[in-house]
Amino acid sequence: MKTWVYIDHFKGQAMPASWEALGAGKNLGTVTAVIFGQNVEALAKEAFENGADEVLLADDVTLADYRAEAFSSSLSKLAAAASPDAIFLPTTTRGREIAAMAAIDLKTGVMVDVTAIEVQGDSIVVTRPIYAGKLLSKETCSTRPQIVTLRGRAFPKPATQAGRTSTLTKVSPAMSEADIKSKVEGYTTAEAGVSLIDASVIVSGGRGVSNNPALTPPGGLDEKQTEIWRAQQGFALVKELASVLGAAVGASRAAVDAGYVTYSHQVGQTGKVVSPDLYIANGISGAIQHLAGMRTSKVIVAVNKDTDAPIFKVARYGVVGDLFQILPALTAAFKQRLGK
Amino acid sequence: MKIVACIKQVPDSAAKVVVENGRVFWGDAPLVINPWDEFAVEAALQLKEKHGGTLTVISVGGENEKEAIKHALAMGADDAILIADPALSGLDTQSIAQVLASAIQKIGGVDVAFFGRQAIDSDSGLTPAQTARLLNWPALTLAAVISVEADTIKVDRAIEEGRQVVSAKMPAVVSLVKDYGEPRYPSFMGIRKAARAEVPVWSLANLGISAPTSVIAWPEITNPPSRNVVCEIITGSSPEEIAATLADKILAEKVL
Ligand SMILES: Cc1cc2nc3c(=O)[nH]c(=O)nc-3n(C[C@H](O)[C@H](O)[C@H](O)COP(=O)(O)OP(=O)(O)OC[C@H]3O[C@@H](n4cnc5c(N)ncnc54)[C@H](O)[C@@H]3O)c2cc1C
Ligand SMILES: Nc1ncnc2c1ncn2[C@@H]1O[C@H](COP(=O)(O)O)[C@@H](O)[C@H]1O
Repeated sequence: MKTWVYIDHFKGQAMPASWEALGAGKNLGTVTAVIFGQNVEALAKEAFENGADEVLLADDVTLADYRAEAFSSSLSKLAAAASPDAIFLPTTTRGREIAAMAAIDLKTGVMVDVTAIEVQGDSIVVTRPIYAGKLLSKETCSTRPQIVTLRGRAFPKPATQAGRTSTLTKVSPAMSEADIKSKVEGYTTAEAGVSLIDASVIVSGGRGVSNNPALTPPGGLDEKQTEIWRAQQGFALVKELASVLGAAVGASRAAVDAGYVTYSHQVGQTGKVVSPDLYIANGISGAIQHLAGMRTSKVIVAVNKDTDAPIFKVARYGVVGDLFQILPALTAAFKQRLGK
Repeated sequence: MKIVACIKQVPDSAAKVVVENGRVFWGDAPLVINPWDEFAVEAALQLKEKHGGTLTVISVGGENEKEAIKHALAMGADDAILIADPALSGLDTQSIAQVLASAIQKIGGVDVAFFGRQAIDSDSGLTPAQTARLLNWPALTLAAVISVEADTIKVDRAIEEGRQVVSAKMPAVVSLVKDYGEPRYPSFMGIRKAARAEVPVWSLANLGISAPTSVIAWPEITNPPSRNVVCEIITGSSPEEIAATLADKILAEKVL
């Protein structure tokens, strides 16, 4: 099977799931890595080292910033000419959108956010979670190319081979600046820290992080400010443990809605769906919408005051207790054991 | 301005969804407006309130699937169109996008079409970009902040790395993320108005298109394998002792 893999990156920094997609394509036959951007030739080298048999590189000023129309039309134009059997993309905000639009141009379909791929005859059959992971759906596509976006961390990273190289073909973008309808005005940067989606360890906090009656808030705060102040004390403990473990910080919707942390931290059905190796939930009850976002984590640990909290139903280890006592002790225990 | 919001009706997010004999069931959980689409309606209403105009909501669904539409009308949408046709069941996103694009064209003169980020049943998140492509409109997806000046719409898009600020001339497709801000609750008056509203039903013949064919097939839907986790509750005489035991157990799992 001839598979193309779109290498998603931000300013030349590849999203890890791009290489996972490349590895998945390689399992099915030959893989061509497709790279769009400006001054991104270094990504071609990375693609070869990750196993690409060929790289198609459009390096152009019109591709300096991601724009949906410019990127998807370049992909569909190239694919229409070369007829790959399949196109893989990582399930990122850009990957999903490029897949969606290229499918329209190529009159084909997209199987999105898949967690497993098999080949039956000359067709790809995928498995993907639907209803927030409450069900699994097998899907296939009758037209070619079959476009697939692969969920991050669902496929192994290929082993890299330093110095490996192969054919690099330079190609032109499909659209000129005058034809592109949208304009990128700039960026406002994210908070520093480990990204939730790529994280192998996540430490999360819920409404329980604001519940420490022993703390006395500074005077002059209204009720809402007091709650947020309380939550900040709790989240500081969550962040300390996260930093010792090199983990990303997650949150329940209740914690986000109450203004403890920003929405970018929300895990769940209407937040981010994550699947780390280790998920530590603190002061989170385990509502079905939260579980939808993290239940496939390899090892789940829950710290909660309430023995009956539903989070314990999915947890491998649980502590029934006060997170304000357990978390600092756990951070200290890991500091000692990990030599930090 | 002429504004449209595309909304889908889905089982409530708290529903216990299971497969029995190959069919999907969600018990007696209510059908509701897709939670992401409430943000689309909210953004549409705010744009209308600021710049004037009308908001029409469009939903593709069964003849009796009016909950989502009633909710949007109760929030303040001016009118609604339900697109229902026996030929429309079990369609993939490209096909839904074709129907929505045709409807938007038939309405005519639309400046902005709002969408939710994704539907919580199919979890695809493809329809907004696909509809935009079919209309040959720019797609400003995952918008957290929206502003309109003259004929240009500008949004802050929530991407992995933070926010990307993008602008385009209207007409445009915009999809919404939760950062936009809480959708309003329907008012009492709104609910009464929505209850009385006549919702026109358009068929494919009304749209002047033939039934789209799905290229994606889903031969099998299953319940995920049950994970038989037995939770081991860690106990001890002090937080330190509990933490030490827990840290050792976690290290033994080799997940760090
Ligand atoms: C459409 C829709 C979408 C939703 N999407 C999401 C989503 O994406 N993500 C999400 O998380 N939720 C989502 N929800 C909300 C969800 O239903 C719950 O309301 C939410 O997850 C509860 O958050 P929580 O567990 O932090 O708070 P609570 O349910 O209030 O739980 C707090 C927990 O903290 C414990 N606790 C309190 N004090 C302490 C202490 N000192 N030490 C230890 N434990 C303590 C309590 O025992 C309790 O179990 C959604 C809801 C709807 C309707
Ligand atoms: N049947 C439908 N009727 C109207 N709008 C829809 C329909 N399906 C999807 N949409 C819109 O497209 C968005 C993304 O849906 P999806 O691509 O299915 O995840 C939704 O949030 C809606 O705004």
